[in-house]
Amino acid sequence: MNEQKLEEIVRRVLADLGAGSGADGATLAREIAPSADANLEISGRDLVRPASLPADVESGEVPDIRAVDYRELYNVPNAANPEEFKRLKRGTAARLGLGRSGPRYSTWALLRFWADNAAAQDAVFSDVNPDLLEKLGLFSVQTKCVSKDQYLERPDLGTQFDDAMIAKIKERCIPNPQVQILVADGLSSTAVEANVADLLPSLEQGLKLHGLTVGTPFYVKYGRVRAMEPIAEALNPDVICILLGERPGLVTPESLSAYIAYKAKVGMSEALRTCVSNIHKDGTNAIEAGAHIATLMSEMIQQQASGINLKV
Amino acid sequence: MTEWILSVGIDVGTSTTQVVFSRLQVENIASSFSVPRIMIVDKRIVFRSEIHTTPLISPDEIDAEALKQIVIDEYEKAGFQPADVGTGAAIITGETARAENAEQVLSALSELAGDFVVATAGPHLESVLAARGAGIDEYSAHARGVIANLDIGGGTTNIAAYEHGQLLGTSCLDIGGRLVRISPDRRITYVSPQIVKLAASAGIPLAVGDQANAERLRTLTRVMARHLAMSIGLVERHEPHLALYTNEGKPLRSSITPTSVSFSGGVADLIDGPHHGDPFRFGDIGPLLGASIDEDSAFKLIQRHQATETIGATVVGAGVHTTEISGSTIDFGSGLLPIRNVPILRIPPEIEENPELLTLEISERLATMDPDHPEQTVAIALDGHSLRSFADIQRLAQSIIDGAKVVLEGPNPLVVVLESDRAKVLGQSLAVQRGRRDDLICIDSVQTANGDFIDIGTPVGAGRAVPVVVKTLVFND
Repeated sequence: MNEQKLEEIVRRVLADLGAGSGADGATLAREIAPSADANLEISGRDLVRPASLPADVESGEVPDIRAVDYRELYNVPNAANPEEFKRLKRGTAARLGLGRSGPRYSTWALLRFWADNAAAQDAVFSDVNPDLLEKLGLFSVQTKCVSKDQYLERPDLGTQFDDAMIAKIKERCIPNPQVQILVADGLSSTAVEANVADLLPSLEQGLKLHGLTVGTPFYVKYGRVRAMEPIAEALNPDVICILLGERPGLVTPESLSAYIAYKAKVGMSEALRTCVSNIHKDGTNAIEAGAHIATLMSEMIQQQASGINLKV
Repeated sequence: MTEWILSVGIDVGTSTTQVVFSRLQVENIASSFSVPRIMIVDKRIVFRSEIHTTPLISPDEIDAEALKQIVIDEYEKAGFQPADVGTGAAIITGETARAENAEQVLSALSELAGDFVVATAGPHLESVLAARGAGIDEYSAHARGVIANLDIGGGTTNIAAYEHGQLLGTSCLDIGGRLVRISPDRRITYVSPQIVKLAASAGIPLAVGDQANAERLRTLTRVMARHLAMSIGLVERHEPHLALYTNEGKPLRSSITPTSVSFSGGVADLIDGPHHGDPFRFGDIGPLLGASIDEDSAFKLIQRHQATETIGATVVGAGVHTTEISGSTIDFGSGLLPIRNVPILRIPPEIEENPELLTLEISERLATMDPDHPEQTVAIALDGHSLRSFADIQRLAQSIIDGAKVVLEGPNPLVVVLESDRAKVLGQSLAVQRGRRDDLICIDSVQTANGDFIDIGTPVGAGRAVPVVVKTLVFND
């Protein structure tokens, strides 16, 4: 395929994306950029309908097709009852009612699928921005994993620390706190970046209100849930909580979970951990989750229990 | 873990009085891997009273003693004490709500019924309760189109229109089966003032003392049925129609065009034929009105849906469908609940996002709400969806502290009601900023409108959530 031909394909795809509004890529990107405005005016129909080519592809930005909310979108032409389908769709971000081209996805839907898949991959393979960690006042430690690839291939190493790292943790942290908070990348750095800046202060505020002493929070790179166990043994908190990115799906890469345990020990039963999952903007929002987790930890300390032993 | 709340409904209507007990089953439906979601998962009617004739001393006065006795007897028959009752509503409806002693009767009833039983009246709330009792809100959630429920009682017809489970509007007309009363010797003993006017404008001679003439009264009930058709927009509304709305109320918005209709109330049982037997067997024009509705061609223009309750719709609505459960992550000072009749002060969403404006709005609204008692407990109601960051919550907390100073520094607690799930973090933020949390109730996932009142009950679901009754007294405003 020669370069000219390739360019032509790019132009046509972008034309499809930018159609309807007749806008160049930059305008379109502004229109559908992720924004708080739920009333996203541009619809998928506009995005699929072929129209004039954008004036200048080179200088325009590529629009973020992931910014279109699938809950608000219904794209089947000549549907018998589009209103009802639209109403049902508001309850799910599933890939339904997107229209088709023969037996296949439309170009737009296929690109969106790829884009969502790419976002999920990015969430797994990227690292949490060090500036964010610095802003949050979190120092970093690393499990025995030396790379992302090793982290994915060797789940066991993501739960262990070498002696030097344990020594660093002991040196930097207040020992024997009532509550120890950890943040870990888990399988989604994106989730950490999206939620922790709001969850952490909310959680710390709640713990303060419950009169609990909080240890020194820090960040665990290449960390899995069980990474909390050697840390609990090193610092001896009553309750330890690890905030960790969930394995991303195609709906959102931003979902965070909190795993919490009373008197955690290496090799403890999974059943003794309490989990608060689905923390993201369309699930339990981060600020409310922080307040909830604080109360949950206070109950754990009162009952001296967690997981299935905790009466809630 | 399952809990049950016993709920009572008492409906004192124009012609009948009924009592219903139900159990509301409360459960945490969330998996153990997420934030709890405590909900009412089942509602079961456990006792229905017989249908009593509402005891009246005169058309304008309820026989309070006789009514009390009915309620006491029904509690005894059901085997419940007032102390067993966790929630519910006692409601005076229809013409009876206009009785001179309606208010005293209502407060006496609610004392008798149990601690947390709402005493209430008002045509709009009645419309909503009847539609809920008739199962229309639930039905509409799964059906296409707009459905209007007409609860045709003795004194009034209460209309509520729903679409996709959402209330579109309510209205109430002075049309009912007992607005003309007839003695066993077939003389007219009572004609309501509204019907006097209606008959006169339609040229139908009608006066107390007259012999009851079925054909003449049928002419009247046909006119009444036509007005019901007008009330849901099946026939064009003409000027005199507007005079029929209760308390100078308004018709449904003209943009509400029902595609189906359901009937509840006592007259609903008299609509479907065959229409034979003595038309005056109930001592009123109910059977004639029912037949006239059946025969009116306008009602054939749209689908008819069978209500799940007819004569019992309002009492079932009051007893079974008044209570909702707040969100499950909330914050409240222990010992403040239950709390009743808290007026809602709803903040417009555009003001919510501006901290300075919000502070000002809260303080000004508090000052004007009840100038003599600005320190009384109010519920500041906000949407809260715009609160995205921890910093946003801190700013909101500060605005509430500054704006609601007059309440917070007084002896009474303050209530904050959010629609979105943010109450726990807001409650905790307020507590930390103020250094105290014993005088604040902060709940969420409850929808309210300005002019509503809210009752908040004692906690359920291991203290995580609270039962809430929002008394919506004003619609169509």
